[in-house]
Amino acid sequence: MLLWLTFLPLVGVLAILLAPDRAGTQRGIALLTSLVVAVLGLVLWGCFEGGDAAMQLTTSIDWFEIALPAGHVVPVHFAFGVDGISILLVVLTAVLMPFVVLSTAGHIDKRFKEFFLWLLVMETGMLGVFLSTDLVQFYFFWELSLVPLYFILGIWGGSRRLYATIKFFLYTVAGSLVMLIAIISLLYQTGTSDISELISRAGGLDPSQQAWIFGSFALAFAIKVPMLPFHTWLADAHTEAPTSGSVILAGVLLKMGTYGLLRFGIQLFPEMALSYSGLFLCLGAAGIVYGAFLAMAQSDLKRLVACSSVSHLGFVVLGMFALTEAGLRGSVLQMVNHGISTGLLFLLVGMIYERRHTRMLDRFGGVARVMPVFAFFFVFTVLSSAGLPGLNGFVGEYMILSGTFLASPLWAAVAVTGVIFGAVYLLVATRRVLFGPLVHEENKALTDLGMREIGILVPLCVLALWIGISPNTFVGKTAGTLDQLSERIHQIRADDARTAEVSLLEETR
Amino acid sequence: MLWLIPLFPLVGAILCGILHFRSLAAEREGASPERVRALAGWVAVSAIAASFAIVVTNWWTLVGQAGERVLESSAWAWIDAGSFHVDLSMVFDPLSSVMCLVITGVGLLIHIYSTGYMHGDAGYAKFFAYLNLFVSVMLVLVLSSSLIGLFVGWEGVGLCSYLLIGFWYDKTENAAAGQKAFVMNRIGDASFLLGSFLLISLFSTLDLSEIGEAVPELMASHPGSLALAALLLFGGACGKSAQFPLFTWLPDAMAGPTPVSALIHAATMVTSGIYLTIRLNPLFAAAPSVLLVIGFVGALTALIGASSALFQRDIKKVLAYSTVSQLGYMFLGLAAGAWSSALFHLVTHAFFKGLLFLGAGSVIHGMADEQDMVKMGGLKKHMPRTFVSFLAGAAALSGIPLMSGFFSKDEILTKAFANGALYWPLWIVGVFAAALTAFYTWRMVSLTFFGEERFREDGVHPHESPASMTVPLLILAAASVFGGVLNLPEVLPFSDLLGHWLEPVTELGDTILATGGGGAEHLAHATEWILLGLGSLIALVFAHRGFHAYRRGIVADEAARAKQPELVAFLEAAWRIDSTYMDKVVGSVKLLAFFIASVIDQLAIDGTINAAGAGARSLGARLRRLVDGSVENYALHMAAGAVLLALTWIWF
Repeated sequence: MLLWLTFLPLVGVLAILLAPDRAGTQRGIALLTSLVVAVLGLVLWGCFEGGDAAMQLTTSIDWFEIALPAGHVVPVHFAFGVDGISILLVVLTAVLMPFVVLSTAGHIDKRFKEFFLWLLVMETGMLGVFLSTDLVQFYFFWELSLVPLYFILGIWGGSRRLYATIKFFLYTVAGSLVMLIAIISLLYQTGTSDISELISRAGGLDPSQQAWIFGSFALAFAIKVPMLPFHTWLADAHTEAPTSGSVILAGVLLKMGTYGLLRFGIQLFPEMALSYSGLFLCLGAAGIVYGAFLAMAQSDLKRLVACSSVSHLGFVVLGMFALTEAGLRGSVLQMVNHGISTGLLFLLVGMIYERRHTRMLDRFGGVARVMPVFAFFFVFTVLSSAGLPGLNGFVGEYMILSGTFLASPLWAAVAVTGVIFGAVYLLVATRRVLFGPLVHEENKALTDLGMREIGILVPLCVLALWIGISPNTFVGKTAGTLDQLSERIHQIRADDARTAEVSLLEETR
Repeated sequence: MLWLIPLFPLVGAILCGILHFRSLAAEREGASPERVRALAGWVAVSAIAASFAIVVTNWWTLVGQAGERVLESSAWAWIDAGSFHVDLSMVFDPLSSVMCLVITGVGLLIHIYSTGYMHGDAGYAKFFAYLNLFVSVMLVLVLSSSLIGLFVGWEGVGLCSYLLIGFWYDKTENAAAGQKAFVMNRIGDASFLLGSFLLISLFSTLDLSEIGEAVPELMASHPGSLALAALLLFGGACGKSAQFPLFTWLPDAMAGPTPVSALIHAATMVTSGIYLTIRLNPLFAAAPSVLLVIGFVGALTALIGASSALFQRDIKKVLAYSTVSQLGYMFLGLAAGAWSSALFHLVTHAFFKGLLFLGAGSVIHGMADEQDMVKMGGLKKHMPRTFVSFLAGAAALSGIPLMSGFFSKDEILTKAFANGALYWPLWIVGVFAAALTAFYTWRMVSLTFFGEERFREDGVHPHESPASMTVPLLILAAASVFGGVLNLPEVLPFSDLLGHWLEPVTELGDTILATGGGGAEHLAHATEWILLGLGSLIALVFAHRGFHAYRRGIVADEAARAKQPELVAFLEAAWRIDSTYMDKVVGSVKLLAFFIASVIDQLAIDGTINAAGAGARSLGARLRRLVDGSVENYALHMAAGAVLLALTWIWF
């Protein structure tokens, strides 16, 4: 089933290649493919047992072998599986994609065949990343998912797309490079490429080796997330990307970074994660505040949303490295929340851009008067992003912050100011777009959202509300794996405390 | 059945929201939206009425119960964070019953009033959607068994307040005022959140009654943490209940329609902080130092509010500063451990301040949207029902003997006085602010309803408001006059009804206070009589002075300004606190944002990256012969390089 899920988009690719290059046909094929994948994703959701910690629905086929100098052989498998860390992201990817395809009707106006081809290749890549249970295969999909965005950005992007594309590419390649080094050395030292196997063996490595590999992984993923100070590619990429590209980038691609941090940073090297958690908490909290201030200073609405991502992903990193039950759960939930809220924001920005061909805040004002439906969705989304209780953002943020407070009250206190600054930039943007007098002539004739656009927004808003009201439906799926992980971390903490006590006793003696 | 209490208005809100879009569609098609709008009004009023009816039945059940007096609903397992759970359920006990009665009772009157006041507004259905939503979340706030459930309501009412302040969003000031309210509230909320995290780490639960019961155990081992948690929660209360230093949003909040000012910014939402403190009275009682801080903040806020109201010309601004000031009194009462007195004042204040705002709204309505009292005068002839009810409200606010506000304010001051020498300075400030209150209240009455008819120059023809507006006014007027019977002082018969009713909730806090040696001492009857007499005297004298000084219009202000220009300007600007925030804080935040975006992000971080990129490009230009420029080749070379690097690193 997971094989089907991953490779179904490629079947769509085949159809796209064969079909004529007409917008309707191509979009139809892409929509159909993504819908089937989405349905499969929902079936997977139904089959998945939240209480179970291990990989589920696993499939494994021998792929090839890497010969090591000392005569050892590392078998590489074509292996798929899903657990509590990946389930939400897999389903998010599958479910988000049809909406992305639908949204393209407003802004993709050339080279349809290529566009939908890359879009579906990207879907395979992203699903592969989350579903891989083999490290080499993970890397394969990781790289696969990056190429399409490079083209989407470079061909269908805005006026400064080349600069943004090159920047995105350089950052990404730098990250991949560092990760490749880590992967090769990990394979060499453990002799396995199977992720579950790696989890049990990685702890046996020499601590200094562990630190190096952990650091390389962390760096690679930190660029992807992006964490402060590697975030500057994001604003440019988002600003120049077409709406659909931005939605995928924010909704799923960035989650590959946070997913990687959790899987290969924390799950693989919990000791290292514990030793360096202070650094990550600091960077996470700093990212929250920094991103918010960055967003406040923007005059381009899309760039503002892009900067807000830096802030929101700071929460995800913070919760993860709090290494507490509440923090981990909140962090995984918040990945989904960010995908929904920021995805919605980008969709809305795209919708108004298609009408006005500008995103500058000072070109708007009073739009609520002429576009009341748009105003409703905009305010709803802003509230979801600002973490209003009852909507999705709050539950994630609350779990993250309370989990962080238990680990470090200081960083929780710094991060909690993000609640204030987040409200500032979001509400200022809302006011400047929607409220005030209708001063610009061009805005007076704006048409409100049509049925297609409402149809894209409503399901995502319903999802936001659903998570807000009944988060357990979602958090419950992650509980098995995350509890096992936090139990392990708890054990390490207890051992550390005992060792410290023993050494203290010996010293006093 | 308890879930139905907030559910009715919630459904009403959704229906009104749908009707709003229907009315917009009707307008676009050229049809009259009147019928759809009228339907929305009916839906909203009936939803509140239904909710009120359920509240009353439940209250009656509660009255009939012996002992415990608690009704609890089924629980909804909301958040499961592993180390702690949040189960939402609704608890109907003496405290929440009083709050619910006020919210749905006063809320119902204000809904009815609004059907008249908002008549003809394009956003009529939307207004009722927001108003119903507000009542719903406010009920969640007071009914929730858990601190997080309370926070859901807490943020929800903040949202409605934001939406309703900026209701007429065509004006930038209105939208900005809504935004300010939300952000100031969020500052308090950040503190509230930290407080809740601390409570989780201390108690491993957020259930309000469990926290209360566990306080005595933790008092000895964690006094500092308990005090810190109480202080952080009070920080949240400062935001929502407009206390110094976070009160500056409330005067601006008057940008919203007047019924909103009455319901949200006087009667209900702004009292959430007081509710929170009463609800967690054991926690606050365990932290006497925090109580002293609360008393100080309350007294200071009472003084700032009352003195700032003295020279306002806008009738709603007077009432807004007055509300800030009255909330300060309630906190002063809480600080003295007089939980039921604070609640008593909360209830009477909901009556008389709701009434005064609605009265002001009726005046504004009749004066064609004029809010400047200088342009009013002599309205008593033209708006007799509004006038009579406004008088009752003014009498209650200024503490004229036997009015509801007289008893409730006096009780707070008496308890503060009885609380020992530390509280005497606070008591003096309170008495002084009471004198100011009487003065500005009757200045307002005099300027609006008496003296010359100054509106004639502007060609305004004032008229009495329709019955939908005046009937709620008269009902509230009766409540403002007779509300005192809820909790008469001990020297009178039938005393302390509310105090006894509340005992199951406040018992634990009282015990904790008493064991710590705090709390109000029992005063001799003679002392009580003296304090009552003093209160009456001050109210009467200053009401008289305020009333007569302004019989001839605003000239008295001019005289004061001529004598003390500095002081008057300072008070008009509400101690220049808001302007300081606007200049200093907002300015520095903007500067910092600019600095981060331009200097750090673009110059430092991006500059480094671009420089590295440029270096790479010039290197690339030299290597161009080697590379044909296709992406595949770049990728190939990089991969090769990476492998090379990795291998070197492994072997050496």
